[in-house]
Amino acid sequence: MGELKLMKGNEAVAEAAIRAGADGYFGYPITPQSEVIEYLMVEKPYERTGMVVLQAESEIAAINMVYGAAGTGKKAMTSSSSPGISLKMEGISYLAGTELPCVILNVVRGGPGLGTIQPSQADYFQATKGGGHGDYRMIVLAPASVQEMSDFVKLGFELAFKYRNPLMILSDGVIGQMMEKVELFDPIPRWTDEEIIEMSPWATTGRTMNRERNILTSLDLDPSRQEKHNEKLVAKYKKISENEIRFEKINCEDIDYLFVAYGSSSRICQKSIQLAKEKGIKVGLLRPITLYPYPTKAIQDMLGDIKGILCVEMSAGQMVEDVRLAVEGKVPVEHYGRMGGIVHSPQEVVEALEQKIIGG
Amino acid sequence: MSEDILKEIIQPENIVYQKTKMMTDKVLSYCPGCGHGTAHRIIMEVVDEMGIGEDTIGIAPVGCSVLAYEFMNIDMQQAAHGRAPALATGIKRLWPDKFVFTYQGDGDLAAIGTAETIHACNRGENICIFFINNGIYGMTGGQMAPTTLPNMKSSTSPYGRDVKTMGNPLKMTDIVAQLPGTYFVSRHSVHTPRNVRKTKKAVRKAFENQRDNKGGVSFVEIVSNCNSGWKMTPVKSNEWMVENMFPFYPLGDMKIDGELVK
Repeated sequence: MGELKLMKGNEAVAEAAIRAGADGYFGYPITPQSEVIEYLMVEKPYERTGMVVLQAESEIAAINMVYGAAGTGKKAMTSSSSPGISLKMEGISYLAGTELPCVILNVVRGGPGLGTIQPSQADYFQATKGGGHGDYRMIVLAPASVQEMSDFVKLGFELAFKYRNPLMILSDGVIGQMMEKVELFDPIPRWTDEEIIEMSPWATTGRTMNRERNILTSLDLDPSRQEKHNEKLVAKYKKISENEIRFEKINCEDIDYLFVAYGSSSRICQKSIQLAKEKGIKVGLLRPITLYPYPTKAIQDMLGDIKGILCVEMSAGQMVEDVRLAVEGKVPVEHYGRMGGIVHSPQEVVEALEQKIIGG
Repeated sequence: MSEDILKEIIQPENIVYQKTKMMTDKVLSYCPGCGHGTAHRIIMEVVDEMGIGEDTIGIAPVGCSVLAYEFMNIDMQQAAHGRAPALATGIKRLWPDKFVFTYQGDGDLAAIGTAETIHACNRGENICIFFINNGIYGMTGGQMAPTTLPNMKSSTSPYGRDVKTMGNPLKMTDIVAQLPGTYFVSRHSVHTPRNVRKTKKAVRKAFENQRDNKGGVSFVEIVSNCNSGWKMTPVKSNEWMVENMFPFYPLGDMKIDGELVK
């Protein structure tokens, strides 16, 4: 068993970055995720592993430092919260267009605009449907525990490099701020320069005359070549969809109803399942772990047994659209969720199930 | 001319000048008469002469020189508009032993990238910034730039830049010279052979500072012409530059070895 520690979600991400062999973290403070850079500054990872930590002048600068750093073939990451992530969207689009791997953490707070510093899940559309300009996708992982905040940093770098694609960990203010027991994974050494040159032959490692020079750009003024590039990206996203869908089913044997929820809402739904059971309501939970690619088929495979689905998310109803796309009208699908930084209670969720699905 | 005669002429002992191998054979996309080509060549000649081509990473901006990576024969990355100093920071921090430079125009460096420029300079990143200032947005067709002179005409200041409503031209080089994080700040031009030699010397000094880890940005501005954007012949544009740009953007060193030039 690995080392056990009681940590905040944000601290677990920071510790995981050091242990995952990250080479650089570039960030800008914003509540509720500033513990990430604070933890890193206290820990002195440049002494532990040689990892660089830098506080940038803005979220825009931070993501563009990541863009440059990712171009070197090294492991780079950043973190922010909703308004800051909006600023990073320009850089994320460039990272996606140039096919560079990196990990981006969003500890979501309420919006729109400056909104609130309290938890929210209202950045689902931004994370999974684009956010920045152009046809691109990020791989999106949704942690539901402090343990997963740690584990998904490691998994995030693996997937980002496997597909040469930016990856987002879409967390929220609950998961970022709460403390839980976490089993830390064993440290992975940072890649050596030789390993980087071998593993990432596309990187700006300095041109040696025995190879073609490496140009990292998202620009092609020739429309036919640019379209080919777009088609290549689409093919990559298809491959990601075929290989990387992750989800969890909880209490899904012999049920009449289904919750679909991710992140902290999925934790709340687990309590709602118990409360519903006391009332004689048989309900289970499907928790998408990857929000892109989305577990569409997993939902479709469950449709024969259930009478209705309640999608629970702290938003006005965003993921519910993907659930409805999967269900294709075969059973009723409704959304429930509080907004503005208010976290729904397990009782409220059960009441919503009764009113919107069972009674509806 | 027959091939035999050509062969006779092209002998090592007869060569007085040749294109550096650090420039590709691709035909430059710049307008005839533009200073960008000369600026590219100078930088790449210095990279060649210092023998650092295998260890140099360049950042191309958004603007006329967005395709600089087509011509500079090294590993390069293309930045979002104005963000080149942030990319350079990320690269240099992770590859401290490589040479990293940005090549940016005035719209890129002095308007949309003002924050990235000032903060990279203020942090004292050990990078080189080459700033080509022609007082106009060339790529998009001659719009007003942050460096457009008072009363100067452009497609978005068609009656001349009215500083009362359009603001004043920004002297970014003067600003960064004041910051503790810059080590070498100098302004040059490439419109005469003499000026080309001076500029090349400054570019070399910039790379040497980076090699010797002097602990600060080496920042070289090249005041250049934009004959297309200014709607002049190349010769006339250079004359106009000397008469109008140089009084506002005087050439010379502003900071040497971390000390302001008095």
